[in-house]
Amino acid sequence: MSTDSVNNGKRRFLVASTSVVGAVGVGFVAVPFLASWMPSERAKNAGAPIEADVSRLEEGRMMTVDWQSKPVWIVRRSEKTLANLEESTDKLSDPASENVDQQPEYAQNMYRSIKPEFLVLVGICTHLGCSPTFRPDIAPADLGESWLGGFFCPCHSSKFDLAGRVFSGVPAPTNLVVPPHYYVTDTTIIVGKEGGNA
Amino acid sequence: MGKLLGWVDDRFPLMKMWNEHLAEYYTPKNFNFWYFFGSLALLVLVIQIVSGIFLTMHYKPDAELAFASVEHIMRDVPYGWLIRYIHSTGATAFFIVVYLHMFRGLMYGSYKKPRELIWLFGMFIYLALMAEAFMGYLLPWGQMSYWGAQVIISLFSAIPVIGDDLTLWIRGDFVISDATLNRFFALHVVALPFVIVFLVIAHILALHEVGSNNPDGVEIKKNKDSKGVPLDGIPFHPYYTVKDIAGVAVFLFFFSVVLFYFPDGGGYFLEHANFIASDPLKTPAHIAPVWYFTPFYAILRAVPDKLMGVGAMGAAIVVLFFLPWIDRCKVKSIRYRSVIYKANLTVFAVTFVVLGWLAMQPVTDTITNLSRLFTLLYFAFFVVLFVTSKNEKTKPVPDRVTS
Repeated sequence: MSTDSVNNGKRRFLVASTSVVGAVGVGFVAVPFLASWMPSERAKNAGAPIEADVSRLEEGRMMTVDWQSKPVWIVRRSEKTLANLEESTDKLSDPASENVDQQPEYAQNMYRSIKPEFLVLVGICTHLGCSPTFRPDIAPADLGESWLGGFFCPCHSSKFDLAGRVFSGVPAPTNLVVPPHYYVTDTTIIVGKEGGNA
Repeated sequence: MGKLLGWVDDRFPLMKMWNEHLAEYYTPKNFNFWYFFGSLALLVLVIQIVSGIFLTMHYKPDAELAFASVEHIMRDVPYGWLIRYIHSTGATAFFIVVYLHMFRGLMYGSYKKPRELIWLFGMFIYLALMAEAFMGYLLPWGQMSYWGAQVIISLFSAIPVIGDDLTLWIRGDFVISDATLNRFFALHVVALPFVIVFLVIAHILALHEVGSNNPDGVEIKKNKDSKGVPLDGIPFHPYYTVKDIAGVAVFLFFFSVVLFYFPDGGGYFLEHANFIASDPLKTPAHIAPVWYFTPFYAILRAVPDKLMGVGAMGAAIVVLFFLPWIDRCKVKSIRYRSVIYKANLTVFAVTFVVLGWLAMQPVTDTITNLSRLFTLLYFAFFVVLFVTSKNEKTKPVPDRVTS
């Protein structure tokens, strides 16, 4: 074969264009494999709303219910606790719950709840997903004298008050999440669903 | 026998490979204690692959069955307890050996020109090893498995914009679940071992291309005899194969002591909370990663901001990749480098250990402040190294290796 008639420019063009088309093909083939890692239809359908009966929850106590395999806390707060919430706002990152992703509209208030008495929260730290500890005790030795009760994350020591509002200067960036919920009766809460009467 | 060998050699480069990598691979004659850990890392890799294959035969990668299947291995399977403890002790041994191997590289400048790629392949092995260890730790499906994975996967949620979707994609569910366990199993037993073995081959091929460094940091290829054999070199086989076997014997002694007398390492190799089945509603009161991740975990905990904390932790690992270019000193071995480098490296080694200890302590203000101080010291090593290495006052390097 003689080399006189070789058109190098054409060869380079053909090699480059074939490579590009091949790379695009590889990209398309990768899609189903990468997409297979997304939640399956079964996972998406799981997590139906759950019902919580708070009639026997005593003042100052917390109960935990399981919603979508996540802990959901319900705390019954005393008048004194509610009064305390107004006090420490200068130490909080987002005292007025201005970050709208962290709670439904009906919980965007001082108490972050529908009824001030009952606090409903997803018990997962907004830092790295540990479940914080309920610490209602006032001024314990390990949390300092200014502690008025709240949630303390044992993993990376983020602190939240008794409305799930995050203190500034801790690793967690945002307030704890208030899940969608509503009251069917005075003491029965549906978690995981918006209610018409909310 | 010779005829058979000839037959094979006509069809496959068997003797050629044997000579290139063992019988005629010339290695500096002045290797010391620190040079055991490369071959020991290879040994641990083999231990992990073999024990892992046998564990796979009894383990069930299913959220409903996983925890019980590990207990089944421990109690019902003949010698199952031994195989499982070999695998868990092997994980700890792997990191001990690899950390000492990396420290050797820092002391003798083994990452410097022309060995930058060896260092980079090694760093990728380290990264793959961390992923391998992390995914393996989820499989027993205990409390620490669950919450450790929750924290580590949540690290990705700190990435702006795509963070939340990325964590969803990694988990395959809205929480850590069966989907997560199943894919981690696939990655732990199939994908990552392939990657690690491939990288180890690349690491060794790159090493054998340029030749081994040594405690004096001089290039033995500069002085060769008339046959082209380095004057300070001895064939790897039989000299270093025999030496390494002695190292293996000592290593296996320590390995067996842990394996038979304290396989959980007092809660540091296998954490106590992991003997409780995972509970998505309750985080253990004291959560800390397994010891080999703790230095980086301390850095994460030291920073009071999510994105910055995750960024600092990532940077602490990424910066190691750039070591060959951060260290601008031409002299390799610590033997001929300045007091500044010796002090800097000593502080760095101490810092690494102290950070590891700090991360295992429950959080108090003192611990947090100390973590911040030592996080700064960790990064200071690289800054000081970059600044001082350019015009470092070094001692004259000998032409040939010393004893």
